[in-house]
Amino acid sequence: MHRRHLTFALCAALGCAGILVGCATAPSDAEISAKAAAMLKASFKERGQAKLDRLDQDDTQKTCSEYAGRVPPKDVVDRIEKVNLASIRWPADGKFLGDWKSGEKIAQEGRGKQYSDDPAGPVGANCYACHQLAPQEVSYGTIGPSLYQFAKVRGYGLEIQKYAYGKVFNPEAYAACTLMPRFGHNGILTEQQIKDVVALLMDPASPVNK
Amino acid sequence: MGAVQRRIGRGTAIVLALFAPVVLGQGSVVDEIAKYRAALQDGNPAELWEVRGEDLWKQKRGPNAVSLERCDLGLGPGGVKGAYAQLPKYFADADRVMDLESRIVWCMVKLQGYTDADAKRNPFGAGNDKKADMEALVAYVTSESRGIRMNVGLNHPKEQEAYRLGEKIFFYRGGPHDFGCATCHGDDNKRIRLQDLPNLTKTEGAQKAYTTWPAYRVSQGELRSFQWRLNDCFRQQRFPELEFTSDASVALTMFLARNANGAAYDAPAIKR
Repeated sequence: MHRRHLTFALCAALGCAGILVGCATAPSDAEISAKAAAMLKASFKERGQAKLDRLDQDDTQKTCSEYAGRVPPKDVVDRIEKVNLASIRWPADGKFLGDWKSGEKIAQEGRGKQYSDDPAGPVGANCYACHQLAPQEVSYGTIGPSLYQFAKVRGYGLEIQKYAYGKVFNPEAYAACTLMPRFGHNGILTEQQIKDVVALLMDPASPVNK
Repeated sequence: MGAVQRRIGRGTAIVLALFAPVVLGQGSVVDEIAKYRAALQDGNPAELWEVRGEDLWKQKRGPNAVSLERCDLGLGPGGVKGAYAQLPKYFADADRVMDLESRIVWCMVKLQGYTDADAKRNPFGAGNDKKADMEALVAYVTSESRGIRMNVGLNHPKEQEAYRLGEKIFFYRGGPHDFGCATCHGDDNKRIRLQDLPNLTKTEGAQKAYTTWPAYRVSQGELRSFQWRLNDCFRQQRFPELEFTSDASVALTMFLARNANGAAYDAPAIKR
């Protein structure tokens, strides 16, 4: 909401400046987007495992960047969710639950994929950075919703297990332009790691459901 | 010096005390962190960087053996007081928008005769064995804007364009985690773990954040510049490494600095 105020204020400022400097045509929004992407490419250098191709955007990243934190219109949302849902690789054995104790370790682990991290691992999901999960961990973030009692309130059935697996694998399939990373789609976590995190959410024995 | 060391010692004791209340629940942890932050304000080792930076600024250095006292930070040669509160800005001699660090590099090259590579060689310090003159210079110049209201202009077309590019970069999502600046800094009252996150898309959040950098980081024992702040954000975004004084870094700084306009500048600060 407030973002729009800033943008309006800027447009007003640009308008005034335009008159003062003789109305040179300001670049269009699309031109600025293209220039920003090129500027980024020229402003970073590869380091460790973080190569420059990390600045290349897929359609989902590009589209969500353009909407700048706002929810896109329904047709765009539908397109993003459809493409991402279709690309989910479901477990070949049809099982969604791994070991919740291993899932807790993955949820705590903040390392992985930074140029300062060992490429050999570990790579975690760092769930607690953004979510409340097990109540014993009081150092949790609030960027995402609380997941405490995830299955206790939703049910422990196979459909919810499948949803949880898909959501961790590729959350863009369920909420276009979500802030949550696509842990499976982008190769951050392995299939087994995702199953372990799903178990942390879904296993009746998990502290999340106590 | 002795007083500063005593203050740091006291800060360490408070950090240790913090571990005890964790079991009591999150509310008390957040309260204790607030108390710790308040206690830190008591004394700021950033003064050591400010003093060293002023000395470096006035020393005859480089192949030309001249000081930086004739460096034009936007207020004309020699004007340091209040200069940082108006940066970044367009400089006609360089024909580009520059932030403070870019301009210091410019002056080191043009006045003191350093090569561009030498001027940029050691931007971020790492302990006593690898002190960064750049961060000391930044500490000195920024300290000379303390108490002055942020007043970053968008008069030149290149300033206007830098702001718009910076806004695009702020919302640019990429890398294996799809992260952009806005992932963590686009909403109110969010935390990562227990760390509060400023909403940089709002005036109040941008003002509070921008006017408190550079800062002495207790956890690192270093004075950290705004260029460092951006560099380390992108590391955590899983991006490649942001190059020191790159165009993207300056454009992003323009977006954030301009959004902080109207607030009294209050740094070098001290942070956890």
